[in-house]
Amino acid sequence: MQLLGILISLLAGGLLALLCDRYASAAASRWVSLASLLLATLLWLPLWPQATANASVWLVHTDAIWMQRFGIHILLATDAIGSILIGLTLLLGYIALLSAWGEIKHRVGLFYLNLLFTLAGVIGVFSAMDLFLFFVFWEVMLVPMFLIISIWGHENRRYAALKFFIYTQASSLLMLAAMLTLVLLHYQQTGLLTFSWFELTQTQTDGTVGWWLMLGFYVAFLVKLPGIPVHNWLPDAHTQAPTPGSILLAGILLKTGAYGLLRFVFPLFPEAAAGFAPVAITLGVISVLYAAKLAFAQTDLKRLIAYTSISHMGFVSLGIFAWNSISLQGTMMQMIAHGLSSAALFAIAGLLQQRLHSRDLQQMGGLWQLAPKLSAFTMLFSLAALGLPGLGNFVGEFVVLLGSFQAYPWATAVAALGMILAPVYALLILQKGFFGPPSELVKAGVADLSARELLMLGILAAGLVILGFWPNLILDLSTTPIQHLLASGG
Amino acid sequence: MQLLWLIPALPLLGFIILVFTKGQLPREQARLVGVGSVALAAAITLLVASDFYAQSDAQSSFTLVLWEWMSAGDFRAGFNLYLDGLSLSMLFVITGVGTLIHWYASGYMWDDPDYSRFFAYMNLFVAAMLMLVLADNLVLLFLGWEGVGVCSFLLIGFWYQDPVNGYAARKAFIVTRAGDTAFAIGLFLLFKELGSLHIQELLQLAPAQFTVGANTPTLIAALLLGGAVGKSAQLPLQTWLPDAMAGPTPVSALIHAATMVTAGVYLIARCHNIFLQAPDILLLVALIGLVTLLMAGFSALNQNDIKRVLAYSTMSQIGYMFFALGVGAWSESIFHLFTHALFKALLFMTAGSIILALHHEQDIRAMGGLRKQLPVPFWCFLIGTACLVALPPTSGFVSKEAILNASWQLPVYGPWLWAGGVFGACLTALYSFRLIFMVFGGASTCQPDEPKGWQFHPPLLILAVLSLLGGLLVLPAAGVLPTSPAGHAPLWAEVIAIGLPLAGIALAYQIYGRGQWQHLRQAPRLSHWFEHGWGFDSLYQRLLVQPLLTLANINKSDLIDQLPIQLTLVSSRLFAIFSRMQNGQLRIYVASMTAAAIFIIALTVTL
Repeated sequence: MQLLGILISLLAGGLLALLCDRYASAAASRWVSLASLLLATLLWLPLWPQATANASVWLVHTDAIWMQRFGIHILLATDAIGSILIGLTLLLGYIALLSAWGEIKHRVGLFYLNLLFTLAGVIGVFSAMDLFLFFVFWEVMLVPMFLIISIWGHENRRYAALKFFIYTQASSLLMLAAMLTLVLLHYQQTGLLTFSWFELTQTQTDGTVGWWLMLGFYVAFLVKLPGIPVHNWLPDAHTQAPTPGSILLAGILLKTGAYGLLRFVFPLFPEAAAGFAPVAITLGVISVLYAAKLAFAQTDLKRLIAYTSISHMGFVSLGIFAWNSISLQGTMMQMIAHGLSSAALFAIAGLLQQRLHSRDLQQMGGLWQLAPKLSAFTMLFSLAALGLPGLGNFVGEFVVLLGSFQAYPWATAVAALGMILAPVYALLILQKGFFGPPSELVKAGVADLSARELLMLGILAAGLVILGFWPNLILDLSTTPIQHLLASGG
Repeated sequence: MQLLWLIPALPLLGFIILVFTKGQLPREQARLVGVGSVALAAAITLLVASDFYAQSDAQSSFTLVLWEWMSAGDFRAGFNLYLDGLSLSMLFVITGVGTLIHWYASGYMWDDPDYSRFFAYMNLFVAAMLMLVLADNLVLLFLGWEGVGVCSFLLIGFWYQDPVNGYAARKAFIVTRAGDTAFAIGLFLLFKELGSLHIQELLQLAPAQFTVGANTPTLIAALLLGGAVGKSAQLPLQTWLPDAMAGPTPVSALIHAATMVTAGVYLIARCHNIFLQAPDILLLVALIGLVTLLMAGFSALNQNDIKRVLAYSTMSQIGYMFFALGVGAWSESIFHLFTHALFKALLFMTAGSIILALHHEQDIRAMGGLRKQLPVPFWCFLIGTACLVALPPTSGFVSKEAILNASWQLPVYGPWLWAGGVFGACLTALYSFRLIFMVFGGASTCQPDEPKGWQFHPPLLILAVLSLLGGLLVLPAAGVLPTSPAGHAPLWAEVIAIGLPLAGIALAYQIYGRGQWQHLRQAPRLSHWFEHGWGFDSLYQRLLVQPLLTLANINKSDLIDQLPIQLTLVSSRLFAIFSRMQNGQLRIYVASMTAAAIFIIALTVTL
């Protein structure tokens, strides 16, 4: 029941925040959002997986009938993978809230409604084990994010929001079609009409049909991940979204794509996915290098960070499709670490935009002198992005590469070249923005971090350092469910 | 022994204190933290060393298990420290020389507004370097390896306001990162083949599982070598080191002479059993060392910046260490690493004193006659140079003679390699004494203002004494490493090896000692080419940097983005066309309907 509680707390909190803004004050709606997030966190805490207790993979399992005729249930269940990702979602919820606290000034209540609904949608995605319910949540997280970009975004927000919507919507249509076909296929084979993941993974999906169905799911998740060649919505969406939107997009929405690949593509279509792996891995490797190359050509800071996200998600593609326990555990680590580091970088881009009213790196420079704390944090997160050992991202990348090298040595070796390109763009941020003499724009005065901003960046920095030195906190937890997935995914 | 963890932890703690006080600490306290943490680490190193010597023979080792760092599937990497003769030798260098350099730096950097930030980076560097040599597995070693790289980046670009420094810093990081990537791929391959990344296990497994000279060990050794040449500024990844001199001089002494740049040598020595399975690569190591030491020697001869001369000489001396590893003189190589750390730190710090005395003048053509004006730096520099040139009986002599002697023993190629090494020694003498004569000889041209006091002279003098006498020490590394080829070179060869450097000095005196160098007729093209590091920079610029930049600029806005853009364009065009048909004019509707009907009827009739 905890999962349902978390969802209800977030959804109700969102509505309440809207009402508070209308009938009380903007501040009240902020505190209400914080309270509902706190409540959700309290409900989640008992779900923190225990590394030792491997009696059952599923930490919680709630099943209620929703539409009897179609075999659709409200089936919420989560293993350690889902639970860790829900934890990340809640954590970044706080970060987004802290960032919105100072940035969002108009229609505050509506904003928090959208923010909390997005979180609820994402948590639903991470816990729904009924495919129809999963699809519903998949859509639930899309709409509020669309509104966040198109109402509170920057100068070109309509275009970006529409692009985001069309890409995601078109690809999820493919998923819906594939899903319904799969359910019918299962019905033909067993006479049982169900959307339950537990049942559908038993479906015989070899042959051409399986291939097409697998592709339907794959495309939807690849768009979300995003991977080359369907990544184009991301740079625009990120650049135009307000900072809390970017934090949620990069930090957790992208992870739903990875989660989908992990949870659905392999377990539902083991043969087809294994056969498709070389193609997916090639696309992943291209993503790593191509996006890294694009990143260092950018002058818009947010756009630059957006491309680094695509590059890092290429490693996730690689890790998932290599499909062995090392690469998958590395993928989990990569997802969490990237969630923290990309959220931090977008938060910093937002802080700079608030101060300088610009995202243009060409106009920055010499920030170190005026804002040393902000600069030191930027340095830490840039170093995380380039994969410095001692910070979480290194563990993710290293373990992913180590695992996928066992299966695909050549592709992995090529992907490892991303290690050379990463410092090129990461150090470019530092050089153009923070080193050198202060630019005209910077000379006008830049405030260093406030206490709230310090807290926000401090949490993320601490998280990355902890993951860098004690990665087993995550790696160990993911062992059991990944063994389980490997067993079910052939 | 149980205190081993404190050795890297103390400098790390120093870093943390300096970071969290955000530069608010008064200078005196920052100095106490910055220098004190490293000095304490040195003291604990001595404690640990006395323990080590007391309870063990030469080949024993000690592992301190801290915590399990990462584990996934069959892969395990612990956060464990490993101490044996080799890592202990490195500890001596890092904490000992490190303390002296920190001590000196506390005076050198006194006037810098970012005093505390400087020591934060320096302490972090020491901590990372200590992790590098104490790691019991290659992943943890990689942590130190990348950590020192980042600190090197931060310290080269320490004076960040000047974009030139920033460029040099990024260049250093990215060029070495290219090597690091090869290193990482090497680790993946090692794990695939041997199923472990624990160093001692690998050293056991490698001889058991590999056949000597087979493809796999050769490839692994080549990849590890890639990492080593990047970090140690050897061919073909050497271009970053001269530019790295943009950092403050104590940084050059610590990172770019005594410790970090020798990490490649340490790596190869540490993985000796893997390299022994790949004799081709060992020969390549020797050749890379030889070619680098000669090329760097010629470049050093044509530099006019005192620090760049020393940078090329460092490159050249590390070339000797690689050379030694390649010819199988493992412990000699580590011994040369040790003596080089002493005398090169001495040379850099003395150069720093000279630079400060001359108000940041680094061009040796503007110096001259400083012998009388700066007596202490003069004698220190002379001692350092005597070691560098390997004049008997300095420490440099002991270590370099041992290397040359071992190279002679190598079958087939031995004498040839030996000849190259000896020629390099002659070259070393030439460029070193060129420096001495140009800086200290001749008439005085400037008014130096020497920094004195307890932060300047004592560390220099201690290092000078150590450099002179260091040859008498015996490092505990020998017990861990394979034994070197036995035997001696013939007497005439020894005589040549000692005599040629002397000839080099004489030649330097002829050319530079008598103030004749201004009138020297040189081949300008050739010397320009040597001065600029044999054109490697411009080659890489044209071959790699420019194409990449061009590619990046052409495709700045992502060609793939054209796909949705064109799709929107096409659909809006189509929309325009079709919407024109719906114009509400009945005549046109009727006309087009009739036309279509006729067309369809015609089609059915004809078909």
